[in-house]
Amino acid sequence: METLMVILVGILISIGTYLILSKQLLRIVLGASIVGHSVNLLIITSGGLKRGSAPLLGEKAAGFADAIPQALILTAIVINFAVTAVVLVLSYRAYKSFGTDDMEQLRGNENE
Amino acid sequence: MKTNDVILKSVTRVAAVIILTFSIYLFMNGHHHPGGGFIGGLSMSSAIVLLYLSFGVDKVRENIRVDFKKLAAIGVLIAIGTGMAGVIFGKPFLTQTFGYYDLPIFGNTELASALIFDTGVALAVIGTAVNIILSISEDR
Amino acid sequence: MRMNNLLIAPVIIPLLTGMVLIIFQKNIMLQRILSLVALLSTGVIAVLLMNRIKEGGIQSIQLGGWEAPYGISFVGDMFSALLLLATSIVAVGCLIYAFSSIGRKQEKLYFYPLFLFLITGVNGSFLTGDLFNLYVFFELFLVASYVLIALGGTQRQLRESLKYIFTNIIASAFFLIGIAYLYSMTGTLNLAHLSLRIAEIGQDGLITTVALLFLIVFAMKAGLLLFFWLPGSYSVPPTAIAAIFAALLTKVGVYAIFRMFTLIFYHEPQITHLFIGILAAITMILGGLGAIGYWDLRKILTYNVVISVGFIMAGLVSLTTTGIAGSIYYLIHDMLIKGLVFLIGGTIVHLTGTSDLKKISGLIRLHPLLGWMFFIAALSMVGIPPLSGFLGKVFTTQGVFEAGYYWLGGIGLLTSLLILYAMIKLFMNAFWGETILSAEEEKGTTKGLLFPIALLTVASVAMGIGAEAITGYVTQAAEELLNPNLYIKAVFE
Repeated sequence: METLMVILVGILISIGTYLILSKQLLRIVLGASIVGHSVNLLIITSGGLKRGSAPLLGEKAAGFADAIPQALILTAIVINFAVTAVVLVLSYRAYKSFGTDDMEQLRGNENE
Repeated sequence: MKTNDVILKSVTRVAAVIILTFSIYLFMNGHHHPGGGFIGGLSMSSAIVLLYLSFGVDKVRENIRVDFKKLAAIGVLIAIGTGMAGVIFGKPFLTQTFGYYDLPIFGNTELASALIFDTGVALAVIGTAVNIILSISEDR
Repeated sequence: MRMNNLLIAPVIIPLLTGMVLIIFQKNIMLQRILSLVALLSTGVIAVLLMNRIKEGGIQSIQLGGWEAPYGISFVGDMFSALLLLATSIVAVGCLIYAFSSIGRKQEKLYFYPLFLFLITGVNGSFLTGDLFNLYVFFELFLVASYVLIALGGTQRQLRESLKYIFTNIIASAFFLIGIAYLYSMTGTLNLAHLSLRIAEIGQDGLITTVALLFLIVFAMKAGLLLFFWLPGSYSVPPTAIAAIFAALLTKVGVYAIFRMFTLIFYHEPQITHLFIGILAAITMILGGLGAIGYWDLRKILTYNVVISVGFIMAGLVSLTTTGIAGSIYYLIHDMLIKGLVFLIGGTIVHLTGTSDLKKISGLIRLHPLLGWMFFIAALSMVGIPPLSGFLGKVFTTQGVFEAGYYWLGGIGLLTSLLILYAMIKLFMNAFWGETILSAEEEKGTTKGLLFPIALLTVASVAMGIGAEAITGYVTQAAEELLNPNLYIKAVFE
C-alpha cells in the first residue's frame, strides 16, 4: 500500500512539475498547489498506513493510527492554503497590471 | 446581468443555519472527540462564505458588521493569552489546565482552559478564511 | 527540569504586538511606538538570555509541559541568542529608517504588523528545537516577506515577487519531503531526538542523501549557489524592506544549515561538509564576479550578500572551534553590515533617483556623513582591522587552514579582494568626482534617514572594537555547536 502511495506521489509531483514549467500564470499556481498536496500525501505515508482507530483516549481499539503525520499535514495544508491565497491575489494583480498572464512576457528587461 | 438564483438563495437560508449549528457542535465536541476549534471555525467560515456567495458582499456586510481582519487578530490574541496564563503561574508557555465545577443547568461540568484557546483558534480561522475569500473577490 | 519561559518571549512579543497593531490599523503614531518598543524589548531579552546561557549552559523549554520528544521544545543556545540580538539591532535600525521613508499609504497597509511577523518568524526559527516547527516559522516569515516584497505594487515588484514566491514554494515543498523521509526513517522530528537516533543507527547512505536534500532546501533559502532568485527580488522592494531582507532572510537559511549539519548530520563530513565547501567556493567566486561586473548599485550590494553566505559556510566546513567561531562572528557582523549598506544604498538611490553608478557622482560634498559611513562599512566588509569584519575573516580562514582546506581558504581571501574592488568602485563613483547634483536638484532629503544608518554604523564599529568582550560569547557558541551532547542534554534533562 505504501509503495502504491509513493508511486502516486511521484505521478502527482510530475504533473505539478509539468504545470509549473508551463507559461500561464494560473497553471503555475495550480502546479504549485498540486506539488504541495502530493507532499502532504507523502507525509501521511511516512507514518505508515495502518488500519487503526483515531488516536484518542477512550477509544477501545486494537491499533491506533500515527497521530503526528496527521497533525503535520493539517498544519501543512493550512500553510499551503494561505500561500496559495497570497499567490492567487498577487497573480491576479499582476494580470491586471500587465494585461497578460504569460510568464514569457513578464520576464524583466534590465534597466527599467 | 441578473442571474436566477432563487434556488441558491432559498437553500442557503436553510443550509446556513444547519452549517452554523453543526460547526458549533464540532467546536464543542472537540475536547474529547474529533472536532475542535480549527474545524469548527472552518465550517463556520464556510457558512459565512456561502452567505456572501448567494446574497452578495454588500448585503452581508450590512448585516454582519464585523471586521474579519480584526476578528482574526483578536482570535490570535485570545489564543496567545491563554498560553500566557501558564507563564504567570510559573508553568511552561501553553500549559493547559482543567477542573470540574457544578454549574446551575449543566450539572457537574468539566471546564478546561483549552476551550478558551480553541475559541481563539476558531475566531482566527473564521477571520482569516473569510478575509482571504473577501480579498480575492474584491475587484480592484 | 530546567524551565525557562524567557525563551518564548522573542517569538511572543512581536507576534502579540503585531496582532494588536492590526486592531489599531488607523493610528500610525501608536503603530510606530509599539513596534519600536516590541523590537527593543526583544533585544533586551536577547541580552538577558545570553547572560543566562553564559552562566547556566543551554536553556530549554517544553511547550505546554509535554516532555521532550512528544512536545515541541524551544532551545536557546549561545548561537541562537547572539543571532537574536543581532536581529533585534538590525530590525530596530530598519524600522526607524522606515518611519521616514516608507510612506503613509504603506504604513496603513499593515506594514508594521507584517514587519513584526517577519521578525517573529526569524526569531522562532532561531529558537525552535523541532524540525516541523522550523518549517512553520520559515513559512511564517516567508509569507510575511511575500507580502512585504510586493508592498507598493509597482510592476517590477509584482513581477519579481511572483518569481520569489514560486521559488520559495518549491523549496518549501522539498523541505516537507525531507521532513517526511526523515520521519519515516527515524520516527521523530525533535532535533535533539533526531541527533540521538541518527547517532544510534549510524548515518548510512540513505540518511546522507536526505541530508543533501535538506542542504538543497536551505541552500535555496540562504542563497548558497542557488542564488539565482536573489539579485532580482532583493532589488525591488522599498529600502527598509530590502535591508531587512538582505540582513535576515538568507541568514536564517545559513542558521538552519549550521544547526542541521552540526547537530544531526555531522557523521559523514567527508561527504556532506566537503559538498558544502565546494558549493561555498563556487558561490564566493560567482558572487565576486557579479559584484565586480555590474554597474548597478543594488545589484552590487546583492551580490555581496551572496559572497558573504559562501564565506560563512567555509567556517562550517572546517568543523574546528576556530573556524566555526569565525563564522559566527562573521555572520553577526554580516547581519549588521548588510543592513547598513542596503540602507546607505537605498538612501543614495533616494537622493539621486537612479541606481546606475555611472549616473551618480560626487555625493560626498553635500553628504559627507553618509559617505564616510559608507567608507567605514566598505572597509569593514573587506576586513580591515580593527573593524568588525576583520576578526571573523581571520578566525574563519585560520580554521579552514587548520582543517586542511587550503583551496577554500584561498578562495575566501581572494574574494576579499573582489569585495574590495567592488566597494571601492562603488565608493569612488558614487561619492567622489564632480558633484553633478546640487542640493535643490536632489530627488529627496536625508532627513530622518541618517540616524538609523549611524545607529548601525556605531553597532558595527563597536562590534569590531569591543571584540574582546564578544569573543567569550562567540567561542562558547562554537563549542556548543561542536558538541551536540550539550544540546541533547539540555532538551532531555
